[in-house]
Amino acid sequence: MTAWLGREWPWYIAGPLIGLFVPALLIAGNKVFGISGSFSHLCAAIAPGRVEYFRYNWRRAGLWNLVFLVGVLIGGFLSAHFFGAQGVAISIETRASLTRLGIHDFTGVAPRELFSWHALLTVRGFVSVVVGGLLVGFGTAYAAGCTSGHAISGLANFQLPSLIAVLGFFAGGLATTYFILPFLMG
Amino acid sequence: MTQATLSQFQGCGSEGTDSSEVRTVFLPVFLLLGIAFGFVLTRSEVLSWFRIQEMFRFQSFRMYGIIGSAVTTASVSLALIKFLKLKSASGELISVSPKPLGSGIQYAAGGTIFGLGWALTGACPGPVVALIGNGVYVMIAALVSALAGTWVYGWLRPRLPH
Repeated sequence: MTAWLGREWPWYIAGPLIGLFVPALLIAGNKVFGISGSFSHLCAAIAPGRVEYFRYNWRRAGLWNLVFLVGVLIGGFLSAHFFGAQGVAISIETRASLTRLGIHDFTGVAPRELFSWHALLTVRGFVSVVVGGLLVGFGTAYAAGCTSGHAISGLANFQLPSLIAVLGFFAGGLATTYFILPFLMG
Repeated sequence: MTQATLSQFQGCGSEGTDSSEVRTVFLPVFLLLGIAFGFVLTRSEVLSWFRIQEMFRFQSFRMYGIIGSAVTTASVSLALIKFLKLKSASGELISVSPKPLGSGIQYAAGGTIFGLGWALTGACPGPVVALIGNGVYVMIAALVSALAGTWVYGWLRPRLPH
């Protein structure tokens, strides 16, 4: 059991498990599975300022979402701490592509050359973490959803807005992968 | 807060949730579900920058298999819930209200902006938090930055096309 918990799960186990969070949250409290809404709730809770968008009752609308997010933090910790965080077995092609790009440390869940406090002081680390984070926060709020809200919940409910958003996710992701990253790492 | 104010709020996962507040007794259920989700994000490796790169370079079926089977499972579950007219634990009829399409610009533009950031950080919002739990503490900076990004959106919102 523990050995299985510690290994990487195959896609046909991981995918359906992720999908089951949609009915689980609906049954638990008629809530639509989504994460990025909690960013708005945190803004509303911490620093609403005079911004109309953040002037709502965040406890009423989003306390469940924030509690869920705390759970995600704990779950990530428990999983890595007790069942190990090994290197990610990416394909040989990806390893080669990333090596050409200038990534050499494949031991962690993310490359330490970009994702460490030390790397944060470099241009590439700063752009990856801080600029990337800004774009994630701005983009998900503007699109009113992220991978969970649009790609999973929205597509499962056959919503056109979600399809448009997911096409956008890929357009942006491909642009970063093929244009921004080579420039950043060059 | 009034219904009018809440309906303006369009964060991810907020749709269809305006009317009901989760009672305190049910909050531990959401905590447990969150823990389970953090666990799944870690073991499935969808929180890994390497896996995201593999996906955007079309060098493995893995991420597409995960997303595809997740959507299929969620879709079948949703259809079943609607067919059986199931009620939630709190006793309301389960409903998923669609997001307004509008001009669609907010989804295309917002989605593309998020996509640019997704490939840079290698993490969407759930994974950013799960990665902190995984010990990639620099993601605290990404989280703070994402909150700043959401705040800037709220501030600029009246001037942005939707």
